[in-house]
This record gives sequence, structure tokens and C-alpha cells, in this order.
Amino acid sequence: MGKNKKNGFFTNLWNDIKPHIGILGALIVLCIILTIITDAFMTPRNLFNVLRQISVNVFLACGMTMVIILGGIDLSVGSTIAVSGCLCAGFITKVGIPAIPAIVLAVLLGGLIGLVNGLIVSRTTIPPFIVTLATMNIGRGIARVYTANKTITISDPIFSFVGTGYVFGIPIHVIFIIIIVAVTGLILSRTQFGRHIYAVGGNRQAAIYSGINASKVTLFVFLLSGLFAGMAGILTASRTFTGQYSLGEGAEMDAITAVVLGGTSMSGGVGTLTGTVIGCVIVGVLNNGMNLMGVDSSWQYIVQGVVVLLAVFIDFFKKKGLKF
Amino acid sequence: MSVLLQMEDVCKEFPGVKALEDVQLELVEGEVHALLGENGAGKSTLIKVLGGIYIKDKGQIFIHGEEAEIRTVEDARKYGISIIHQELMMVPHMSVAENIFLGQEKTGKMGSVNLRRQEKDAQRILDDFGLNVLADTLLGALTIAQQQMVEIVRAVSFGARIIVMDEPTSSLSNKEVDILFDTVRKLKEQKIGIIYISHRMSELDEIADRVTILRDGKYIATVNVKDTTREKLVSLMVGRELSSYYTKTDTATDEVILEVKDLSDGKMVKNVSFDLRKGEILGFAGLVGAGRTETLQNIFGLTRRTAGTVKLYGEEVNFKSPREAMKAGIGLVSEDRKKLGLFLEQSVRFNMTIEILDQFIKNLHYSRAKERKLTQEYIDKMETKVATMEQIISGLSGGNQQKVIIGRWLLATDKILILDEPTRGVDVLAKAEIYEIMDHLAAQGLSIIMISSELPELINMSDRVVVMSHGISTGILDRTELNQEKIMMLATKELEL
Repeated sequence: MGKNKKNGFFTNLWNDIKPHIGILGALIVLCIILTIITDAFMTPRNLFNVLRQISVNVFLACGMTMVIILGGIDLSVGSTIAVSGCLCAGFITKVGIPAIPAIVLAVLLGGLIGLVNGLIVSRTTIPPFIVTLATMNIGRGIARVYTANKTITISDPIFSFVGTGYVFGIPIHVIFIIIIVAVTGLILSRTQFGRHIYAVGGNRQAAIYSGINASKVTLFVFLLSGLFAGMAGILTASRTFTGQYSLGEGAEMDAITAVVLGGTSMSGGVGTLTGTVIGCVIVGVLNNGMNLMGVDSSWQYIVQGVVVLLAVFIDFFKKKGLKF
Repeated sequence: MSVLLQMEDVCKEFPGVKALEDVQLELVEGEVHALLGENGAGKSTLIKVLGGIYIKDKGQIFIHGEEAEIRTVEDARKYGISIIHQELMMVPHMSVAENIFLGQEKTGKMGSVNLRRQEKDAQRILDDFGLNVLADTLLGALTIAQQQMVEIVRAVSFGARIIVMDEPTSSLSNKEVDILFDTVRKLKEQKIGIIYISHRMSELDEIADRVTILRDGKYIATVNVKDTTREKLVSLMVGRELSSYYTKTDTATDEVILEVKDLSDGKMVKNVSFDLRKGEILGFAGLVGAGRTETLQNIFGLTRRTAGTVKLYGEEVNFKSPREAMKAGIGLVSEDRKKLGLFLEQSVRFNMTIEILDQFIKNLHYSRAKERKLTQEYIDKMETKVATMEQIISGLSGGNQQKVIIGRWLLATDKILILDEPTRGVDVLAKAEIYEIMDHLAAQGLSIIMISSELPELINMSDRVVVMSHGISTGILDRTELNQEKIMMLATKELEL
């Protein structure tokens, strides 16, 4: 083991990156262009800024990657951000629960939404699209009811530290990104559960025939997605010092965009976290670059849509070329 | 008789593969021309060139003596070419009549579809073919065989003069095959030419006039079925004489390891009893729908039991999931590889090791080396032909895919292996290899249950054969008393009572 460890590590890294060489190239070109035409892009401050902007999306996209590899989709994560963010704010400001238990409770609430999704999807044949569309609306509604359509402000130092603090001079969101990516990466590549996600997504029936408990796998994947979204909710609320029912609106689409850009197949069974992370960075850099260039936000939507289409087209033609 | 179709010097190259090299094929009116070759021999490529799915690189196609330029599926249809695919291309939620006229709907004055007229016309065509099908039933309510007939009828109603059938009997029971063959004979009478692809040699004697053999993308020979033998055809296909097709040594012991009594699942399985001995190959014979697959799926924990007992090594068991059966040492290779066996977009390695992840993934540690070692061991053991173990499994031939799945189960189980139609859609050479592997495994003490619809396979490979009919085990035959007549008598027992 010790002898080829180094060799093995680089081979593994190369194997991880190789399939994404195209999109990684695009990202590098994008960065070079932005460095040339704007002064502000290639500065440490701005790069940390990009990381901060994508941190919420990384949380959602990590969960979404697992869900999509499983052959599902989770539209409820944006609303889960609102539920967890608003309720956490309420727990602290209105109820007076200390920050840490309030945060834990709010994350668990996100998990509860995931659990509900998972239970329905795994026990019935109702498509995940429909189930999570429903819980998306329910979640948004809960946030509205709980906040009575008003903004709850929070002024708890621990709570704001979670979103804006520094640890040893490193912004805390960078640490969070590393942790969540590492955890998801470990799940997907180093656990039996991870392998089972690919198997169930690739061929659910065959997975069952191979002795895999497909319902259990499905349940846990949605549960994780909910928990991750719950954490994302805390991040979002903490960064704005408020709980608003509109938190995370449309966030599920950003997550799906990143996953698709990363080359994960919407039909399930195929996909990598490496791709998703690159996808998140591309979305982040693109938005950041357009902001720096002063592009109107309406145009940003159009550009983002075009980029996704472009990415899936390239993927489509690549597949068509290889398969005869 | 005039020549309908002539394909000459057809070449088709894909990146890295010469799929067709100077292939020729001639079809005359009213002829059934079989296309024979192992998987990868180029049969389906040739058919796809004819059907306008692929565009040939070189060569010529003549239809009624005139050169035809076929570049799209519409072109092919215009020339009267119709392909009946293995997976049927019809709409299950529409009626038979609507399916027949799909794309050429009979319209009334206002451009609306005249359903009544369609139904009447469709019924007339169906009756002409002697098919016992009502035009207004939903297509999805018909059996696969009936749906296939509808598709043939549809092709004829489109004016097809050349009909290609790609393994039409692969999912049919013997009786349904008879109906199909009747239809084929009617097509012959109408001077329609038929190109017939099948792995089942026994069918060729019955239905084909001539056979063209392809091997490795090359044209080998065209022979009259009357003037040849099965052995000759096989040797043309594989390019060498097969010394022995079936390998069976006497490996059964007297030790009973599985005892099934009066088993029933409340649906397809009504009353099944048998026992399985160590090192034995136990065949399961019966018509399609006799409940063989369902019986073994029940034992494997896929369905619930309503009555009866199953004893493994004398102890009663009732598995609630495949996982439990697997842990007890029982494996099941399903008949539907694509649907129930393969992870098509994953590598050979992934497919091979999915059931034994605990051997190399533990406590967040994944030993890639160990997984590769296990995979390689079983690739070798099963004589699987793969470029590398990271190759995506959908690129392998049916025979090699089957070997990977058998290998998967051998890694996970050690007592009983249930093989449901183990050689379906597998080419001749791989078949012989699978038989050899089965024999070898039995010799090592594994007990094998083999469900099969191919009587020669059952007779030559089994130590004993359990025959089922209508969910009931109607008899168990010893190797010494095995023959086609006895099996068929037991398999149709309930029908004649």
C-alpha cells in the first residue's frame, strides 16, 4: 500500500478529472477571460467572495448529486432553506432557544422534509418530481405562515458567526464547503451505500435482485438531501441576519444546473461529485464575472440558461459520437 | 421467382471496428432467408443498413433489380422494407386498429380520423391472416406474440415487400411460435420476402429456405437449408468444428440440500414440490406461463409464500428478500438480463462486484486493488472476453454479459445457483462455454437449478428435470428417462385433462 500510495493518489485524481476535462477547460478559459477584462476578478478577496456565493449551492448540489444519481430529483430544497432559516430565526428571536440547539433543531427540520420525501418516494411509485413539487409548496407555505410574511431579524453572535465568521483567518464558508464535499465524496466513493446509490439509479430492479434494499437507499438519499438543505438554510439566514420566507427561492434550480453541468445523467446511475463541484464553480464564476462587468441581472438569467443548454448539447454529441 | 433484394459488397466501418466487410445478401420473392452468425458477426448492422438506420460506406443495394439509395428510415419504408424489432415499436395505450394505421390514419371529410372505418379495415386484415384478435382491443392487453403479429400485419398494410424479423421467437412459447410460423407462411404466399434472424437452430429447419452466414463482419456462405446439417451451420458460424456442444459429467450426489413441498404463492405458483441435491443440475421445464420463474422467484424471496415449506439443509426457511436468500447462499440469474440483471451504464467491474462490496469497502476504506483482483479472477474463471474491466458493460456481447452476471453470483453465493434461461440471446460459442462452466461448477459441489425453454439444453445438461404446468409440478424425470415427448406430455398435462 505505502509504496504506490503516491502513484495511486495521482492516478485516482487524474481518473476523477479526466471525464471533466472539457468543462474544466471551459472554466479555465472563463477565468482567463475574466482576469484579462476585469481588474477585480483575480484578487483573493473576490475569489473568496465567489466561494461565499456558491457555498449554499454547494450544500444543495451535493445532496442533489446523490438524488439525481439515484434517478430522482428534489425540488423541495429551496423551500427547505426557507423553513430551516425562518424557523431557526424564530427559535432564537421569538422563542429564545440558544443558537446551537436552535441550529441543530432547524437542520433536523430540513431532515424531516427529506424524510417525508424519502418515505413517499421509496414506498410508492409516485414520481419524485411530483412528491417534491408538493413538499416544495408546503415548505414555502410553512415558512410564510410561521413568519406571518414578515422578516425575523436575529442578532445572536454565534448564529452570525456560522455565516460570516473566520477560523484561523480562513472564512468559515470555505471550511464548510470542504467539509460537505469531503463527506459527500466519502459517501459516494468509500461506502457501500454510495455504490448502492449508483446501482439503484442505474437499474432499480437489478439492484433489488442483487440483494440491495432499494427503498432504504432511496429513503436515506432524500433524507441527506433534506439535511444538507437544512444546513444551507442556516447559512443563508445567518449571512443576512434574517429569516425571510423568500429565502432560497429558486435555489433548487441552481443546484440542478450545477449537477447537470457536471455531467451527471438526469436518468440516473451515472455522475460524479467532482463534476458537480466544477459545475458549482462555473455557475459562481459566471455570475460573479457578469456582476463585475456590470451585466444586467435579467441578462444573467439568459446567459446561465444558454450555458446549461450548451453543456448538455456537448454531452449529447459526445455520447452520440462514441456510441455507434 | 424474381429477385426482390440484392445487397452487394456492403461495407460499414465504425471508429475502430469494421462491422461489415463486402457482405452480400440476396432475397427472392416468397423466400424466408435466415441470417445466422454469432453476436457481433454483423447481422444487426446489415439489417440497420437495409432499414436506413445506418448509412453504408460502400456497396450497392438493388430492389427489384434497380439500385436503391437508402439513407433514412423513410427511404427504407418507401422501398417496401419493414423491420420488426425485438422491442416492439408500437403504442400500448392505443387500440390494435389505431396501431395498424399509425402514421397512415384513415381520415374523414374534416381531416378527423375515421375510427370506425379504421377498425373495419383492420379487422379485415387481421382476419385475412387468421389472427384471433379484435381490432378494437387495446394493444397492451394482447400477449407479446399477438402484438408481434399486429406489427407484422401493420408492416404488410404499409405495403412492405421485404420484412425483417429480428429474433421474433425469443420471447414466445412454443405454441405462439407455431402461430407466428403460420403467419410467416401466409406472407410467403403473398410473395413477400422475409429476412429472419434467430439464434435458435431448430427453427431454421422448420421455416427457412436459405441461410446466409456472417462471421466477424464478413460474408461466409449462403446455403439451402435442405442441403445442410446443424453441425455444418454451427461450424460455419464459429469457423471451427465444435467438438462437443454440451458438457455434462456425472456430478450429482445423494445429499439433499433443498426440499420444497407444496409451495404456492397464491397466484402463478399453485403446488410445487421438488428436492435439490448437492452438485446436481436440476432442470425446470414447462411452457411459458407455467410458473417456473415465479416458483424460483418465490424461493429467492422476491414474492410472499401462501402455503408450503422450503427446507435448506433440513432447516425451514422463508426468505423475505433477495438479500436474505443471498446470505443463505442462494443466487438467481434472471432471464431478463437487461431489465433485472445489468447496470448497463456501469463498468464490468461495477457489475461484477455489486453484491460483495463488504469484502473491499469497510469503515470508509475502499481497497480498489482488492476489488480489481476479485474481478479479474472471475473474468478469467468465466472466460469473459473484455477489453478491460473498466469497459462499460453495454458494449459486451450477450454471452459475455451473461458471464459477468453469473460471475457476480458466484462471488456472492456458494450453495445454490438458480439460472433462468441462462443461454437466451447468447451466441453458439458462448452457449457451449456457459454449459462447460455449469458442469464445472456442479463438479465443485454447487447445486444448479436451470429454468429453460430449450428442450435440447434441458435434456443434455440436467441430471433431473422438474416439469411444470399451470403452476403445478407435474413430474420429475431422471436423466435416463429424459426425452422431448415425455417432457412435453407432462408440460401440457393440465391442458388435456
